[in-house]
Amino acid sequence: MIFDYETLKLLWWLIIGILLIGFAVTDGMDMGVAMLLRLVGKTDSERRTVINTIGAHWDGNQVWFITAGGALFAAWPMVYAAAFSGFYFAMLLVLFALFFRPLAFDYRSKIDTYRWRNNWDWALLAGSAIPALVFGVAFGNLFLGVPFNIDNLLRASYQGSFFGLLNPFGILAGLVSITMLMGHAGMWLQLRTDSDVAKRSGQYGRYALLVFIALFGIAGFWVANVDGYQIVSMPDTQSYANPIGKVVTSAPGAWLDNYSAMPLTLIFPALGIGMAAVAWFFSKVGKPALGLVSSSLMLVGVIMTAGASLFPFVMPSSNNPNVSLTMWDAVSSHMTLNVMFVAAAIFVPLILAYTTWCYVKMWRRVTVHEIENNTHGSY
Amino acid sequence: MIDETFVDLSRLQFAITALYHFLFVPLTLGMTWILVIMESVYVMTGREIYRDMTKFWGKLFGINFAIGVATGLTMEFEFGTNWSYYSHYVGDVFGAPLAIEGLMAFFLESTFVGMFFLGWDRLTRRQHLGVTFLMAVGTNLSALWILIANGWMQNPVGAEFNYQTMRMEMTSFAELVFNPVAQVKFIHTVSAGYVAASMFVLGISSYYILKGRDISFAKRSFSVASGFGLASILCVILLGDESGYEVGEVQKVKLATIEAEWHTEEAPAAFTMFGFPDSEEQVTRAAIKIPYALGIIATRSLDEEVEGISDLEKNHEKRIRNGMLAYEYLDKLRNGQDTPENIATFDGLKADLGYGLLLKRYTPNVVDATEADIQQAVKDSFPLVGPMFWSFRIMVACGVAMLIVFALAFYYNAHRVIEQKRWLLWAAVFSIPLPWIAIEFGWVVAEYGRQPWAISEILPTFLATSSLTTNDLIMSIAGFVIFYTGLAIVEGWLMLRFVRQGPSSLHTNKYHFEKINQQPAEEQGAQS
Repeated sequence: MIFDYETLKLLWWLIIGILLIGFAVTDGMDMGVAMLLRLVGKTDSERRTVINTIGAHWDGNQVWFITAGGALFAAWPMVYAAAFSGFYFAMLLVLFALFFRPLAFDYRSKIDTYRWRNNWDWALLAGSAIPALVFGVAFGNLFLGVPFNIDNLLRASYQGSFFGLLNPFGILAGLVSITMLMGHAGMWLQLRTDSDVAKRSGQYGRYALLVFIALFGIAGFWVANVDGYQIVSMPDTQSYANPIGKVVTSAPGAWLDNYSAMPLTLIFPALGIGMAAVAWFFSKVGKPALGLVSSSLMLVGVIMTAGASLFPFVMPSSNNPNVSLTMWDAVSSHMTLNVMFVAAAIFVPLILAYTTWCYVKMWRRVTVHEIENNTHGSY
Repeated sequence: MIDETFVDLSRLQFAITALYHFLFVPLTLGMTWILVIMESVYVMTGREIYRDMTKFWGKLFGINFAIGVATGLTMEFEFGTNWSYYSHYVGDVFGAPLAIEGLMAFFLESTFVGMFFLGWDRLTRRQHLGVTFLMAVGTNLSALWILIANGWMQNPVGAEFNYQTMRMEMTSFAELVFNPVAQVKFIHTVSAGYVAASMFVLGISSYYILKGRDISFAKRSFSVASGFGLASILCVILLGDESGYEVGEVQKVKLATIEAEWHTEEAPAAFTMFGFPDSEEQVTRAAIKIPYALGIIATRSLDEEVEGISDLEKNHEKRIRNGMLAYEYLDKLRNGQDTPENIATFDGLKADLGYGLLLKRYTPNVVDATEADIQQAVKDSFPLVGPMFWSFRIMVACGVAMLIVFALAFYYNAHRVIEQKRWLLWAAVFSIPLPWIAIEFGWVVAEYGRQPWAISEILPTFLATSSLTTNDLIMSIAGFVIFYTGLAIVEGWLMLRFVRQGPSSLHTNKYHFEKINQQPAEEQGAQS
């Protein structure tokens, strides 16, 4: 083993975070692109321009999501088990929505009728907006605590309902998710398209960023007043993983404790808001490349803000806080974390390398003119 | 108590979504290599027809691939959503190959599949061939890792139960990867995929030849498909997965039920080619047997016995009784009596803990099981013989039929007389469904044959479920049926449309419909 158990637990918390960031920056961007599609593309050729900026990449990007799910299964099996079954109908809603995307990308251009293509545009919108919304709602609900229990044989059971998730804070978090992805996608489209489409993309992207800043700020003040969770006592972090051996209480504002304990972590919410503003500025002055870098950092900030606020919790239980899942005790064995760490250390750099190669090869503004000249070779 | 309806619905939903997903996987597995072969010829010879072949078959591949990706997402979600206790109980072991599949295979496959479709003008010929090759490697690697995961469900090696965490934990990653069951399953499954793709290309090419359209295009495609298909079907049959039935108790159970071998025969056992198994009387009526064949196939020897169901039953009964003791000690350990003696006793018994858990179906406390409960549990430790017996034979019959079609196709094609053998061309067209039938029944043998276990001898299926309600499942199953039917209609319609158009759909102005009529009315709508 390269690292001791405690270190590996921390590393895996970080790796899950990195995978979620990878998901937001790439696949989240594709979702934002699809949400902007009908707004920035007025004609079929314009819409095809928009789709073809991500045509060669959406499938690879989606794997960040798939791998984050797989990593959750391998590294935090109890979280995977409790969250996926607890959020049953929310997960199915995401799943059914996601069905539309691969089909829309591949099938849309295959038939040239208005009805066919228009329907796929709606499918693309649904397939992107619904998952983005539901993921945000789910994250929001983590802050409120999830009504589940775990029995002595470690069987998780959920006591809430689907509509229980749709509380005001959850919906606010869902809208944060949607606006941040639309803002990020706006930067991408402004960079990768030209003329009218680029102009509209910048515009809508900037609107989304402004709304995001407002909503993220509101969420911050809100969190200061909700009941956060604190660990009173727990087994040694080096010991075996068992989520039912600790004592947890809740207190208003406890989610902000980590920031006073480690002021350096304030950099994350600062990045979230600050980089959104910086991205807005670069977009406004016509520097979308820098805007895209800034909006990516914004996503890093937002996801790390969620992680740092909840730390070490992953999924607190509102029904029985003592069985809350944390990154110390809902994890895999030392050996599995070790094997998976080696796998991630080998493959993530490789993935980044060949993905970059693909982006470089496909890098060129996609123009309406080009699409119209190559109507059979594009999406 | 266990709600049997709920368990059955959970299984039904998984079966529907898995069997549906696997309608699209085989074509992806095989078609990527066929594309590599065609494009390699293009890069080596520079002849454009091979580029057109790559693009056209690639188009059909794409229509299939999209729906494979979509339905694959379900499989990833479903362990967590519907098999939550399973996910907790074995996630430490089972999750690892799935995550590695994502890192090593899905990224490779998915990153390059986009480049395959849209990179023709942006890459050099060699680069594009490299992209196609990496896409094929990624696709096949993903089969490797999912079958390592599945192989572990059949023969769970390299892992141990930990009473403190109440789950299976990995003890050896190497044993997990080099699980013999996983290895044979991998070979068997990917080559079955190659067969499916070959039959698909062979059948559609035959249709073009029969219709007298785009002959040179169709004949070249036919050649690739018949060669690749013959090699693949031989691989499927000769390296079938019987060799995997030697390892692990549940694999032996599968073999015994496939063969309806009620009682252990003297070695070498005969193979029952046909007959009517009767579970009540434990006999197979009207059996036609081939002497020695089963012994040779299953044990690769003349003197090893193939265990019959009655002997396996005796063994299961012993292990269930042991499992009751194991459960009793587990209870002690988890309730504070974790003395070294109790731990040592439990360690001696825990290999049979899973058998003890089988009793939870009849009595939640396990330790108070009656003699009748134990006998019932023994009976229920086997899948039904009928479905196993018949599924296996349907699979094999399809395999043999395909072997004949591929062998004749290869032979007549090599003698350049294939155009005159119209009966064979029609046979190839009508053989297109055969690989799918064989493959789906193959999965029934593999997974139904694993019952009553989710993980062989470790975790019974009825315990592996999530804490949901029967109503939840009725709603989700209805959702899947509606969505999947819709997807199938759209996919099937689009696929047929492009198959009918053939290479004319490439809009190169070289093929049938564009040559005879620059703007045929029926084809006007189709683009790209």
